[in-house]
Amino acid sequence: MAAPRHLAALPLFLASVSLLALAAAGAEDEGPRGRRLLVLLDDLAVRSSHSAFFGSLQARGFDLDFRLADDPKLSLHRYGQYLYDGLVLFAPSTPRFGGSVDQNAVLEFIDAGHDMILAADSSASDLIRGIATECGVDFDEDPEAMVIDHINYAVTDVEGDHTLIAGDDLIQSDVILGSKKIEAPVLFRGIGHVANPSNSMVLKVLYASPSAYSANPKTKLASPPSLTGSAISLVSVMQARNNARVLVSGSLDLFSNRFLKSGVQKAGSKARHERAGNEQFVTETSKWVFHERGHLKAGNVKHHKVGETNEPGMYRINDDLEYSVEIYEWSGTSWKPYVADDVQVQFFMMSPYVLKTLSTDKKGLYSTSFKVPDVYGVFQFKVEYQRLGYTGLSFTKQIPVRPYRHNEYERFIASAYPYYTASFSTMGAFFIFSFVYLYHK
Amino acid sequence: MAEPEVSSAAAGGGGRLRNAFGGVLCAFALLLIGVLAFSIRLFSVIKYESVIHEFDPYFNFRVTQFLSKNGIYEFWNWFDDRTWYPLGRVIGGTVYPGLTLTAGTIWWLLNSLNIPLSVETVCVFTAPIFSANASWATYLLTKEAKGTGAGLMAAAILAMVPSYISRSVAGSYDNEAVAIFALIFTFYLYVKTLNTGSLFYATLNALSYFYMVCSWGGYTFIINLIPMHVLLCIVTGRYSSRLYIAYAPLVILGTLLAALVPVVGFNAVMTSEHFASFLVFIILHVVALVYYIKGLLTPRLFKVAMTLVISVGLAVCFAVVAILVALVASSPTKGWSGRSLSLLDPTYASKYIPIIASVSEHQPPTWPSYFMDINVLAFLIPAGIISCFLPLSDASSFMVLYLVTAVYFSGVMVRLMLVLAPAACILSGIALSEVFGVLTRSMKTHLSKLFDDSPAASGDSSPESSSSSVNTDSTKSENRTEKTETAPKEKPSKKNRKKKEVAESVPVKPKKEKRLLVLPFELSVMGILLLIVLGGFYVVHCVWAAAEAYSAPSIVLTSRSRDGMHVFDDFREAYAWLSHNTDVDDKVASWWDYGYQTTAMANRTVIVDNNTWNNTHIATVGTAMSSPEKAAWEIFNSLDVKYILVVFGGLVGYPSDDINKFLWMVRIGGGVFPHIKEPDYLRDGQYRVDAQATPTMLNCLMYKLCYYRFVETDGKGFDKVRGYEIGKKHFKLTHFEEVFTTHHWMVRIYKLKPQRNRVRGKLKKLKSNAKTSPALAAGRKKNPWQ
Repeated sequence: MAAPRHLAALPLFLASVSLLALAAAGAEDEGPRGRRLLVLLDDLAVRSSHSAFFGSLQARGFDLDFRLADDPKLSLHRYGQYLYDGLVLFAPSTPRFGGSVDQNAVLEFIDAGHDMILAADSSASDLIRGIATECGVDFDEDPEAMVIDHINYAVTDVEGDHTLIAGDDLIQSDVILGSKKIEAPVLFRGIGHVANPSNSMVLKVLYASPSAYSANPKTKLASPPSLTGSAISLVSVMQARNNARVLVSGSLDLFSNRFLKSGVQKAGSKARHERAGNEQFVTETSKWVFHERGHLKAGNVKHHKVGETNEPGMYRINDDLEYSVEIYEWSGTSWKPYVADDVQVQFFMMSPYVLKTLSTDKKGLYSTSFKVPDVYGVFQFKVEYQRLGYTGLSFTKQIPVRPYRHNEYERFIASAYPYYTASFSTMGAFFIFSFVYLYHK
Repeated sequence: MAEPEVSSAAAGGGGRLRNAFGGVLCAFALLLIGVLAFSIRLFSVIKYESVIHEFDPYFNFRVTQFLSKNGIYEFWNWFDDRTWYPLGRVIGGTVYPGLTLTAGTIWWLLNSLNIPLSVETVCVFTAPIFSANASWATYLLTKEAKGTGAGLMAAAILAMVPSYISRSVAGSYDNEAVAIFALIFTFYLYVKTLNTGSLFYATLNALSYFYMVCSWGGYTFIINLIPMHVLLCIVTGRYSSRLYIAYAPLVILGTLLAALVPVVGFNAVMTSEHFASFLVFIILHVVALVYYIKGLLTPRLFKVAMTLVISVGLAVCFAVVAILVALVASSPTKGWSGRSLSLLDPTYASKYIPIIASVSEHQPPTWPSYFMDINVLAFLIPAGIISCFLPLSDASSFMVLYLVTAVYFSGVMVRLMLVLAPAACILSGIALSEVFGVLTRSMKTHLSKLFDDSPAASGDSSPESSSSSVNTDSTKSENRTEKTETAPKEKPSKKNRKKKEVAESVPVKPKKEKRLLVLPFELSVMGILLLIVLGGFYVVHCVWAAAEAYSAPSIVLTSRSRDGMHVFDDFREAYAWLSHNTDVDDKVASWWDYGYQTTAMANRTVIVDNNTWNNTHIATVGTAMSSPEKAAWEIFNSLDVKYILVVFGGLVGYPSDDINKFLWMVRIGGGVFPHIKEPDYLRDGQYRVDAQATPTMLNCLMYKLCYYRFVETDGKGFDKVRGYEIGKKHFKLTHFEEVFTTHHWMVRIYKLKPQRNRVRGKLKKLKSNAKTSPALAAGRKKNPWQ
């Protein structure tokens, strides 16, 4: 991909160096996403206070562009092309972005299939809350509220207000959190949010314990808090229909060096962990968000009659056919065969006429064979594969099914022999009768 | 009538010459009639362009293209996956192939003669060619009944009868175009067989019937009319071996052949439409047997045998009838198809089958449409009936029966006016020919009396003196040619009624008292002049109808205003947009009227089309159109629809748009999906889309798609068709987006928006009111794409 562009761009070489570099960067790995990230900060100090997290991203090959959120030259795209493949929004208090970026620009960026990590804290601005709401996550409406847990807080040197939470209620998903279990609790200090339970796109990755609630820690509780218990989500992820992934955290500190490096002891627990689970947590979730894991790709959809190899333009009813598709998973460095036993194909015309589970050869190829139903019409091979944490696979292939041709029916039917006999005997009898009648006077 | 025979009998050698002369004149007249029939149908090509008209012709055209490209076997087995998505349609098995095969053959023939015409050209001109054939067939049929003169007259009248023109102008490439020819020709062969008793013609008759079955569903008219006539002949004691030969082979061969047509198949023996023919077939055999036995036995024995046979025969008949009735009654529609039932019971369709009632050509005609379509013929027909009774022959009784049944059917369904037209032409031709015969004869008598007094005393209709007969014959033939050229010119004037009475009264007399045959000379001249004037009116009307009323292709519309002619070519604009801007496999939903055009012109897959074979599928589209946006989106999305096409006439005043058809969508949709209720769309029983309209009406998809942004055109939203301002002017579409609107807004195309990429959380504004959030969340559950 890069080479032809290189040649074509030769006269403009100097002018397009940066573009070429980007193109080359895009070409050298064939992963689902590029590696250019824009990091928006309130304060450049965050760059150093969260350097461990940024360092892990850079170590994985991401190209980070740190900008102040109100940088007047800020722009997500130029000449119709997006300049970045992902966004890290560590600017909870910014009232508005600089340059041409606003809430809609960020949302369009996501709708164009890009990923985002959004971290808020108790100073979250309306802008940040608005973006989160658009992604299906509602922060607590009380601007002063924080998540408080008087039972599952992290033990600190000073008796605090129990807003530093040691969370260990994590989603059960190896795809999102990696295969290695996160042993230590995750430290969290910030605001809680909820997601509509009917919204299947949003997943609570880290959620509060049943004893938690969201309120202003500095004042007395006047009325029962509106957000309580494990309905409060601390960190959520959203995977949009176009597979863009967004991580929303109510705590910016979750990603900070301080939390990543500190030890943790959960209140009421004897076990003290040398390191909080934060480092593992942010690394693994960021891998997921930036599509280094859990991204499926399907291709090479083939179908043909049993015993043939060419794909026909049309099937006949009661044909036997074979269907196959290849499914791969991105491992972060290469495409590996995806192995599962629950991929199904539908032979679909307004409703599924055939529903078959595809068998895999463990090398990425899924296949099955079945008989076309005795119904003609325009069918579709339809695969709808939605699994927790994985990108959704949804692809269809249209194929008409025709009835028998006039000469494809059985020529002589055994049960019709009485009729054949009847008609031929009648003809014979008529002939004899005519002969006798005409010439036997 | 039968003048050539009379004259040839009268004069030997000279007669043969005259006969030949008459034959040549007759052939020349027929040629001219053919040219007339062809050329009067070319107005549409001259005024507009050589283009296929309307809706069904587009389908036929597409099928013909397929046939010419892929051959007959592929056509026979054609499974079309581009209509009725996702069901598809087995075209080969559901189409009457006669028209397609005819045009395909013409095209193939021309191409093999190295005349490279396009398929479209052949299709456009098929109908005019076959109307020339039809007028020749009319000549043959009428000649069988009443002689050459009446035949020429009827042929000339049929060549330009407006009713037939309406279905056979160039470009109107529909089944009826060839079917009317097949109908008349089948009748001709039947009458010919009846007159000759020849098995050869009987076989030809069956083949012609086969062609008719291939061409049009109206073949059931033939297979019911001929048995009726046979029964009539039997009842009136006109049974003969000729009748047997004319009927029995037709039923057997005809039914066998009809069963070969895929679309008919076993219907030929299993549906009630065909039962009458079998019943009459049995009766005919019983009668034949009775006559045979009567010849064998003495009268006394015959009487005994008669009672025996009648009792046994009746028993057998009852048994057969009982079995038939039981069989028929076991099927839900009593074995009758909906269209046939609505023929017998005109209120049937509007009561039970909205999809049949919704088609305008299935409505009963109004009185003016009779005048429009058959014009003065309506007044000439009674005279024709009377002359058919003088004398009543098998053939003329058939004409009368044909007329009577056709009048009934035309009264039920406006499109069956087409079947009435040939009958009306034949009888009017007979009437006119009789009148001309009488008038010219009396003139001739007076003239010959004037020249030499002697022959007039004999008072004979065919003058005997050779000199005068030469004279009169030439005048006669002149008259005849004059007739053929002026016959087209009848027109209704109030005087012609009197004329007819004269005409009616006159032919009655010639047989009984030949003296009364001779009318006064002045009266004869006046009569002829008046008849010519009448013919003139008819011709003027026909030419006007052909030029103005029936030539519009309906895909291109024109309107005249002060600043000249205005052309609305929006349909083709929209279809061209679809074919250039959408993906080949995209599905386009519209009301079924536009299905054929969309597949043929835009080459896109449609959900429903004019072949209304699946009521449920149409009801689904009707329901979607009458539902609110969200529900409609779900329905259309489940059918993989990508684009929606609506026809909107409110801006330019095009009355047959989707808003006017909308009530039928509601009815058809509600017939299958009961949650759509017609009263919800009516305010006090009135259908309206102004401020008084019901909220259901103003929120349904059809209203929204038609009137979206309409207020931007004039600021008020004034609908020119309905004549008032629309009810809801400012609204937005949430699940659909407008992608194309034609120049005059007649066709508007919308695209289904994809599902929202993300699901929003709570609305910001509701933040302050935390209590509403659970209710809101519950509300959103139903609407995941919001």
